[in-house]
Amino acid sequence: MSLYGTQKLLFHLNRDAAVQKRYREELPALLEDYELVAEEREAILAGDIGKLYVLGANGQLLMHFAALLGMPWADYIEAMREGVRRHGPVREGIYAMTTSTDEKVAGV
Amino acid sequence: MSLVFAAVCSHAPGITGRAHLADPARKDALHGELYRLGESLREARPDALIVIAAEHFANFFMDNMPAYAIGMADHYEGPIEDPGWLGIARTRVPGNAALSQRLIADVMNDVDVAFAEEWKFDHGIMVPLHFLTPRFDLPVIPVNINCQGPPLTPLKRAWAFGAALRRACDTVPERIALVGTGGISHWPATPDSGKVNEAWDRDFLDRWARNDRAALLDYSDASTYRDAGQGGFEIRTFIAVAAAARGRGEIRHYAPIPIFSVGCTVATMSIE
Repeated sequence: MSLYGTQKLLFHLNRDAAVQKRYREELPALLEDYELVAEEREAILAGDIGKLYVLGANGQLLMHFAALLGMPWADYIEAMREGVRRHGPVREGIYAMTTSTDEKVAGV
Repeated sequence: MSLVFAAVCSHAPGITGRAHLADPARKDALHGELYRLGESLREARPDALIVIAAEHFANFFMDNMPAYAIGMADHYEGPIEDPGWLGIARTRVPGNAALSQRLIADVMNDVDVAFAEEWKFDHGIMVPLHFLTPRFDLPVIPVNINCQGPPLTPLKRAWAFGAALRRACDTVPERIALVGTGGISHWPATPDSGKVNEAWDRDFLDRWARNDRAALLDYSDASTYRDAGQGGFEIRTFIAVAAAARGRGEIRHYAPIPIFSVGCTVATMSIE
């Protein structure tokens, strides 16, 4: 499954300053190094946390991508809810949402 | 010597990184208990601290995922996360490669473990160390149980791993402390973040405190996922500590703090 490629990119991005530099300077070329389908590539290019969440990206990888994008915690949580509103339930992985899109479990 | 101290505690990144967003009284009560756990740890005069953690893709990924891994370096570094995000400055943490090597060789009599001469600590180890060894002056031996990328090691193997670790500790002259870290029920890094199944947690902690092997192993991953979320898979670290300590647990602190995404737990276990 190509979800592996998305998660591998996020794994490298979270831990490797050289990959973070390529993310900033030559993102399209960086993405060529990973096996991704079109909607994954588009979501990463757009920094679309909600879409990546719905595609099944592991939350422990995704939350650091959100931090890299400068998203405060509340915005990150809301971006995932918005992803589910727009694209439907999480399609893969073990980070499915079990609450409703209008529920703020921790007040954010 | 042998095992001289055993405990478990939560490791959620919010405990330090989102401390300012929590109810101050609840946050202070938790932080106080974590510091007190550090005092108990020091009273045991350990030469090294084994931290059984469930890391979150800091070192290990699905390209080559070990079920069990033990660090074998003279120093480590952490946090791998952005220090501002976690609220913990990046620092070097001492290790003890020679001691690691002896322990790993002995554990391998019973359980095949991966070893790693490089290891960057994520919040799973750094948050506990921030409170337990605030000066980062005690040699740490990191241990990881894969609780993130299925298929996951069965609970009975987590027990066997803890038992093997205990036998290994018994063969070395050093005084060893053991701390397992993880959540009980939680749904971290999802929109559910903050949800906690308190009844499930209290039942699990009761089984843990009684050190009831059969009851501790009586969960399937499907039931844990349903009742305790993907974060519940981290019970493997608590189970390994129970197998290693063989004693009875004392729950010093349990309180759900939603903004920390977990029922915050601090507990010790006697060593038998």
